[in-house]
Amino acid sequence: MNRVKSWVTYLQVAPLALVFLLFLIVPIATIVVVSFFDYNTTQIIPAFLLQNYEELLLSPVTWRTYQQTIQFALITWALTLLIGFTVAYFVAFHVRSPTMQTVLFLLCTIPFWTSNVIRMISWIPFLGRHGLANTTLMNLGLIKEPLEFLLYSDFSVVLAYVHLYTLFMVVPIFNSMMRIDRSLLEAARDAGASGWQTLVNVILPLCKPGIAIGSIFVVTIVMGDFVTVRMMSGGLSASVGLMMANAMSLLQYPAAAANAVILLLLVLFIVAAMMRLVDIRKEL
Amino acid sequence: MAKQPDIELVSLTKRYGETLAVDSIGLLIPAGSYCCLLGPSGCGKTTTLRMIAGHEEASEGDIILGAENITGLPPAARGTAMMFQSYALFPHLDCTDNVAFSLKMRGVDKDTRRARAVEMLKRVHMDAYGGRLPAQLSGGQQQRVALARALITDPQVLLLDEPLSALDPFLRVKMREELKSLQTRLGICFIHVTHSQDEAMALADLVVVMNGGRIEQAAPPREVFNRPASAFVARFIGGHNVLPAAVARAGAGAGPFVAIRADRVSVQAGTSAAAGATSLQGVARSVEYLGSTVQVGIDVIGLDTLSATLSEARFDASPVRPGEPVLLSWNPEDVHVLGR
Repeated sequence: MNRVKSWVTYLQVAPLALVFLLFLIVPIATIVVVSFFDYNTTQIIPAFLLQNYEELLLSPVTWRTYQQTIQFALITWALTLLIGFTVAYFVAFHVRSPTMQTVLFLLCTIPFWTSNVIRMISWIPFLGRHGLANTTLMNLGLIKEPLEFLLYSDFSVVLAYVHLYTLFMVVPIFNSMMRIDRSLLEAARDAGASGWQTLVNVILPLCKPGIAIGSIFVVTIVMGDFVTVRMMSGGLSASVGLMMANAMSLLQYPAAAANAVILLLLVLFIVAAMMRLVDIRKEL
Repeated sequence: MAKQPDIELVSLTKRYGETLAVDSIGLLIPAGSYCCLLGPSGCGKTTTLRMIAGHEEASEGDIILGAENITGLPPAARGTAMMFQSYALFPHLDCTDNVAFSLKMRGVDKDTRRARAVEMLKRVHMDAYGGRLPAQLSGGQQQRVALARALITDPQVLLLDEPLSALDPFLRVKMREELKSLQTRLGICFIHVTHSQDEAMALADLVVVMNGGRIEQAAPPREVFNRPASAFVARFIGGHNVLPAAVARAGAGAGPFVAIRADRVSVQAGTSAAAGATSLQGVARSVEYLGSTVQVGIDVIGLDTLSATLSEARFDASPVRPGEPVLLSWNPEDVHVLGR
């Protein structure tokens, strides 16, 4: 057999390489380049300055915002993982008929038939000062004053995140669970494992790749989000994304770009750490 | 060694909705014996095994182990251990941890359980592979690890669900020997589900032939082969020609069929007017040379294809070719009258 000439191989990888180059490398490179530019109130000036990074990293606001964003990401991650794992477990192991599994699975996706923003806004009449939740609790006599923390607070932000992104956790974990050979569960039972022991010693370790994939989805989305924070906190909470959006509305593109580079590095670091813990290639 | 218990199944029944998977079977498996549940797929043999293991609930009837009724007990409390068809080794644990799994579930501390697991792996000659994951082992090696895992709880009964079906033919024979010698050494009862009559014949002290959720015959292998209880048994275990009793002119009052072992039939080329009570006229359909024996298939008008197994020397003395007319004959004492 003749060896394929090397240029043929290059030709074969060229289309995908081109797509990556145009839609991934070029935009990121642009952001990196712009992050070193100078700017004033009206224009961006090509330059090579470290000023944008200096201003960003020396400002306590930045650090507080990053801390807040990471906190949102962590809480959301923990809650979506707990709920997502439970839902996936129920559908994968408790629902016996494949038809019912499909139906329940589709049911989970129904919220995705409308846009993110609509789903967020729909919380407002429920959580508001005179919303459904407060009126119901007051009518039941459980509270005298409306609960203020329900809307425009960190609580409502996390609630919206969990509502929006739990499915991203459910799908990969469910996928992992469906790959578990059912005879393994019987083997565990045969060895005297209780339901809980089977969960901890067999199901959980075998779901690790699914958990890792779901975690990457949820953490990267929350780290980069600004719409949810703006809508659900009523401007009271900040996030890194929101910070960038604000800088851009003031036409401070280089400042926003510098922030984007830092955020990108942070998220890459988090994802790399997760990939180190779990080998997700098995799942792909 | 403590006295090993017998196992008794008392009118054990399993229903799935309207379907009857196991139909009120009764069976006594003596202590320390190697029992094979043999039958075609869907005959209820695996369901029976799973009911003994506790992975399937019995609809009716009892399972008695020694003096104890274990019908309602959870799998781990029965004194049974199961080896699964695909071995069901935990893919994320190495061999040692796989074997130590049930000890871990009982709260045995790490050093003790790993030491015992290594000891058990030694018994199946797998101690050199303790650190490997199941995916890094061959089928035969996985089977040994699965055996070690099942045996670490010192079960009184080992249940094996088609343990050899995943192996290639050469390895199958080798592992078959190992299973038998292990059973002899341990002295515990093995219950082995299989659809291969060779396997059952080679291994079992007690062959239980099942069909349609019922036991057709439960007997030692030689008895099953020499005195099959029914036409189904004679056909399923092979090596028999099942004929309507009228054709073989068997004595009146017997069942509708008789069986004649294929190696007790002689074949002669040519036609003969002497076709009588112990012979039939037919046409050779196929001749297969199998090494030490030659298998001749014969078409006889009005009957299923019959077969004759001849030694090479006997075949050479009177060779036949496909398409030739032949005369089949047998001795009257080789006609076995089937009950059903």
